[in-house]
Parts: sequence; structure tokens; C-alpha cells
Amino acid sequence: MIPRFWRKIKYRYSLRGTHCKNCNSYFYPPRDLCPNCRRKGIIEEVNLPTCGRVLSYTVVWGEKGSPYVIALIELENKVKILSQLACRPEEVYDGMEVECTFRKYGEDGDAGIIYYGTKFIPKRGDGYVSKE
Amino acid sequence: MSFITSYGTYIPRFRIRVEEVARIWGENANAIKEGLGIKEKSVPDFDEDTATIAVEAAREAFKRVKINPKDVGAVFVGSESHPYAVKPTATIVGEALGIGNEYFAADLEFACKAGTAGMQICYAMVKSGMIKYGLAIGSDTAQSRPGDALEYAAAAGGAAILIGREGIAEIKATYSYTSDTPDFWRRDLQPYPNHGGRFTGEPAYFRHVINAAKGLMEKYSYSVEDFDYVVFHQPNAKFPLKAASLLGFSKEQVTPGLLVTEVGNTYSASSLIGLCAVLDIAKPEERILLVSFGSGAGSDAFVIEVTEEILDYPRNPSVRDKISEKAYLDYSTYLKHRRKIKT
Ligand SMILES: [Zn+2]
Repeated sequence: MIPRFWRKIKYRYSLRGTHCKNCNSYFYPPRDLCPNCRRKGIIEEVNLPTCGRVLSYTVVWGEKGSPYVIALIELENKVKILSQLACRPEEVYDGMEVECTFRKYGEDGDAGIIYYGTKFIPKRGDGYVSKE
Repeated sequence: MSFITSYGTYIPRFRIRVEEVARIWGENANAIKEGLGIKEKSVPDFDEDTATIAVEAAREAFKRVKINPKDVGAVFVGSESHPYAVKPTATIVGEALGIGNEYFAADLEFACKAGTAGMQICYAMVKSGMIKYGLAIGSDTAQSRPGDALEYAAAAGGAAILIGREGIAEIKATYSYTSDTPDFWRRDLQPYPNHGGRFTGEPAYFRHVINAAKGLMEKYSYSVEDFDYVVFHQPNAKFPLKAASLLGFSKEQVTPGLLVTEVGNTYSASSLIGLCAVLDIAKPEERILLVSFGSGAGSDAFVIEVTEEILDYPRNPSVRDKISEKAYLDYSTYLKHRRKIKT
């Protein structure tokens, strides 16, 4: 688990994906091979936009840390990614503006490694204030 | 010369009110609010810790200036709540910012003054020409034993100060005052800190803060009249206001950087977030006196003079904007957030 996570740290800590220059497709998580162009693909690493909007979402119940929200997010360059949305289930809605944030993914018990990475939050100033 | 090139802050959006904590323990909320000058405090989300807060604060500092992260030669994270006992927080921050591998990193620990400790080291490293930019971060998710008086104040937040050879404010001078004073401590493997109760006032906070401020002004020939603002470490609202009046500063010079009433004591971030709130509104040529305090005990003091560059520097969202974005928790959810009940 540790070596596998360590190799992916760069892509988890920041929204770093890949781009195929041949067909102009973006991939996150990054892919080394373009599924459209195969061997003709020209893959480069790119930083993806840090803002986007919620296309669809689901609330996960009954697991450690639940309830939590998993959302399909369309980034500003139309790339779609699946990510945890760090907000309360009642706060999320389709079309919600979101931005990326740095959070804990989990940890290996009380004595193991702590995993960090990118999640999304409602864009500040957009539904991020308490409605009392 | 060393300058503050940029700054960033992060305050988790959850709050718990003094009334809610007092309700659980059957205490008088108004007496506590009056005594501490605290109305509510910030609480981190389940998946936030000192490292995530440090990264968010630092990312804001970088967003506000055009600087190649690879030009950063040193990263210091000061905290009393580092996620690991052994394994630095600073390397997590360096990786998340894309600083590369050619930089010096260290975690600092000196109760609530570990953030300004990093600032003083960066000041020296930049001034000596050893590095181009240094990043000093104060970040904490302060822990308190349920039922302890600290529970009303122990909060979470972070501030990142990027120090370089040019920028929005010059650090004109710095001075430290240190002694071996056991006013607050946490032994290894203990989840919550202990403190000397009333002992924390006179021989700890006031002695160090006042001596650091006076020592700095004497050594570098400044007087109270030379400053427009003063920012102190803020374990509560009473201590900084009293320190200001003992030194001869007015209440109006303290309140722009006094945030403890709204967010609680953010420990290593406390005086630095206060400084950032002042930088949010400061004008060129204005002078700020910053004095931190860390139990155990010591104070770092700084003379900071705002430059013309602040006029073109993006300062929004301001610290006050962030403080106003909040969601309230009840005590049981708060315990879950702070992992005081194991799931
Ligand atoms: Zn392709």
C-alpha cells in the first residue's frame, strides 16, 4: 500500500492529469496510454483547472466517515472527474460550483501512514455560509 | 533585507459557540464569554489536520503572487499538533506546493510561537542570501481535554508567510525573549496538554510579551509612537488588550488584528493570522509591531513596515471574509470532529 500510494502522491496532492495532444483528450487519474489513439497518442502531463461544477452526486452511508458525498465534477475545461465532496449531504445540489482542496483521505489505523489528497468543496462564497 | 512577499490564511468553516460547550458542563456561558472575551471558536472538518490547513494557507500565499515554487529554498511548519510524532509536516506541504526537492524543510515546535520561529529563521536565511524565498507556516488543530477550560478556546487555523528579497512589507527588525517557564506542556504520547492554570498569566504571557516588545524597541530604537498597529498572541481577548495597555498602545491599535473573539485561540497561527488581518487593511509606510508567545516560554517580536507594493497586491478574500463564512456544530458533532470519541 505504501509504495503504491507514494508513487501517486504527485497526482493526488494536486489535480495533475494527462493530455493527449493527438486527440485533445484529458485523463484524470492520469493515463500513460490514450484509449482513443493507442500508439499514435502523444501523452503529456498537465495541471487541470482547480474549479468546476457538480454534474451528479451520490451520498454514501454506513461506512467509516459516512455520510459523505461522492460527486461527478465537470472541470472548467470540460474534463469530468469523480471525487469526494467535503460538505454535508444536505448542502450538495446539481450544478453546484466547487473548487479543489487538500484533505486527508484516510489512515492505516492509529499507527500507520496518513494519506492525503485532493477533494472538492463548495466554492467559497457559494453556499459555504451557514444558513441558520 | 527581508520582506513579506505574500501571505495566506486558512480557517476551517465550522464553529462551536461558548454557550454550547458551557451547556454540556453546566457552566455560566456569559461569565466565560466575559472572562475570556471569546464568543465561538473554529473547529476542523473530519478530514482536516495541521498538514491540510498548512497546505491551504500556503496555496493562497502562492496564488497571490507570480513566483515559481521551485525558487523556495526553505519550508518551516510550526505547530503543537503535527499529524505525526516522527515524520515532518513540512515535506507534505513542499510536495503539495510543487517546490521540488531542492529545499530545506523542518517542523518547529514551541507551543504557540512555532510559526513566528519559522518566520525569524526565514528572515535570517533570506537576509544572508542563502535562499531566495522561505515559507514560514503556523498551523494548528489544538486539542483540549473535554471539560477543561481550554475547551472554550482551543481552535484550528493556519497562516503562511512567504519571505523574500522584495514584497509588500519589510521586516525591519526581530528580537526574541526566552526563559524556562513550565506554564503549559504536553508529555509524549499524551493526547491532551496540561497547563499551570492562573500561573499562565503574569510569569508566562505578560513577562515574555512585554520584555520582547520592550527589548525590540530598545535595541532597534523604536518607540510606541512609531507603530500604527500592534498584534499579540491571543489565547483570549483579555491578555493582548492588557499587554497593549501596559506598553502604552491604544485599544484601536490592537483590535484590527484581534480575532480570538470570533475564532478562538489558533495556537501557532494565532498571532500570524492577526498579522494577516492587519496586512489586509494596511497602507504603505504603516508600521506593525508583532509579538508572539509560546508557552515554555518565549516571545518573538518583529517590526514590519508596509511598502508601496501592497497597493497592487490581491488581498481578497480577507481574513475577516473567511471568519464570516461558517457553520455551527453542536457539542456531540464537535466531539466527533475532534475525534474525542473513537469510532
Ligand atoms: Zn488521443
